[in-house]
Amino acid sequence: MAVLRARKTNNEADQPSSPVLRFGSDKPLKLDAGTLLSPFQIAYQTYGTLNDARSNAILVCHALTGDQHVASTNPVTGKPGWWEVLIGPGKIIDTNRFFVICSNVIGGCLGSTGPASTNPATGKPYGLDLPIITIRDMVRAQQMLIDHFGVEKLFCVLGGSMGGMQVLEWASSYPERVFSALPIATGARHSSQNIAFHEVGRQAVMADPDWHGGKYFEHGKRPEKGLAVARMAAHITYLSEAALHRKFGRNLQDREALTFGFDADFQIESYLRHQGMTFVDRFDANSYLYMTRSMDYFDLAADHGGRLADAFAGTRTRFCLVSFTSDWLFPTEESRSIVHALNAAGASVSFVEIETDRGHDAFLLDEPELFAAINGFIGSAARARGLSA
Amino acid sequence: MSVNRDQRVDLEVVANLIPPQSRVLDVGSGDGSLLELLQDTKQVDGRGLELSQRGVNECVARGLSVIQGDADKDLEFYPDKGFDFVVLSQTLQATRNPKLVLDELLRIGNRAIVSFPNFGHWRVRLSLFIQGRMPVTKDLPYSWYDTPNIHFCTIRDFVNLCDELGATVEKATALDANGQKIGLSMPWWFWNFFGQQAVFLLKR
Repeated sequence: MAVLRARKTNNEADQPSSPVLRFGSDKPLKLDAGTLLSPFQIAYQTYGTLNDARSNAILVCHALTGDQHVASTNPVTGKPGWWEVLIGPGKIIDTNRFFVICSNVIGGCLGSTGPASTNPATGKPYGLDLPIITIRDMVRAQQMLIDHFGVEKLFCVLGGSMGGMQVLEWASSYPERVFSALPIATGARHSSQNIAFHEVGRQAVMADPDWHGGKYFEHGKRPEKGLAVARMAAHITYLSEAALHRKFGRNLQDREALTFGFDADFQIESYLRHQGMTFVDRFDANSYLYMTRSMDYFDLAADHGGRLADAFAGTRTRFCLVSFTSDWLFPTEESRSIVHALNAAGASVSFVEIETDRGHDAFLLDEPELFAAINGFIGSAARARGLSA
Repeated sequence: MSVNRDQRVDLEVVANLIPPQSRVLDVGSGDGSLLELLQDTKQVDGRGLELSQRGVNECVARGLSVIQGDADKDLEFYPDKGFDFVVLSQTLQATRNPKLVLDELLRIGNRAIVSFPNFGHWRVRLSLFIQGRMPVTKDLPYSWYDTPNIHFCTIRDFVNLCDELGATVEKATALDANGQKIGLSMPWWFWNFFGQQAVFLLKR
């Protein structure tokens, strides 16, 4: 089963089950690394219908290991879309009303050009020959996708975590194309601690002998152990101590007593191992390296002479920021500093902090207060945009 | 919330001072009543700053542009003259440094509107004079030990502070216990005695 799924992931890289937009040599993607990516492709999903005025389009940006299957069944895992609690017919982001676009980011592994895609120059997967991809590169590619739909101005760009970074980049790079922006559980730069966690994950992948310097496909292998360890470590950062304690405590896994060995005696160990194992079935190890790097490199203020407010100078975009009290990956202070910068830029901004013990991952869960805030913000933005209910 | 919400008769007085389509920052926006009133009746571009997270979340859920923040700490992030009006209604007495806050309001807004409960009102004076106890009125329903209102002033005190900060009083209104405006021709001492609340329009 795992092998089957692994193959499926691999196929999804070149021939995804999603619609794909291909850009030939006439339309290269300019990368921050200083090179051009060409040809390249973007795999995407859409939901709902674009109205005649093309004013009801919402772009959803996915997080580190997310994908374009935001509101429909994931072809690799067979699970529901990752934000179906929020997006769909009759949901808070109502696809009967809005045209929702979600694309796999460049560097990803579910159909947009990434390290698992075939390098046309060699006929083999790119591996580490793919230049480093930045958040801005991802957004630049998304912008080309939006052009393809003939959408001049997006009604809203939203996303959490790495998706939130893309939202901020959109609002900063293309302010005239973003009517409203909803960055959730994110930051304007990756903190030292966050870079540290990512480095642990990358080193775990690279330490796996099956990684083969990134050329594992050519060896018929995948660094599953390393990637699983990377996921286990990262997964802890998505939760909170309180939530872990509430869910698992020191409970033992299918046993009455400690075994005096290194089996998964504790439920939390078994849970993490499961998280690691299921992750490698759906995600490419090199893509994980690229995705984590893109977040590490993100520093919006640095791109604007060190002053974050300058990233949003003169903006007319309406912003709503959301943070969670128990999120230690992107603590509230990260959002607050963005809010201060937006205030200094004279922007229209709302900011809610939501009380929860579910940590960073709270943005993906059924959080009524989060939904109430999104509903209020989207509703008033829609009125301002002249979109009928 | 620093005063009894049902008694917010000052809101309409404040709203009447603001022309349509103004850019307004409401500091201490509470449950968003004023912002909502201003948006509905004056189509203002309104923003709010509110200390209580619950108040903020409710405002945002109602579609208002509000952030969580502290008047004592977070005003410094706003640019000079970024708003036509900055409103501080019934919040001055709950700030740690009212002088600094007022100074910031005058910096951020072309005009500042400040409303506050008058501690010079006769009921307050009577309570202290006759009973020898800190006053608890329907406007100020807290006991001394649990009140968020830590810096009370009288109308006269406030006028002195405005002088100190170089602010011009463009308009002032005192409201009596029934929320009725006290006649304009009355002298300060009369307002200071009978005004339960005061609303000032300031410029610097």
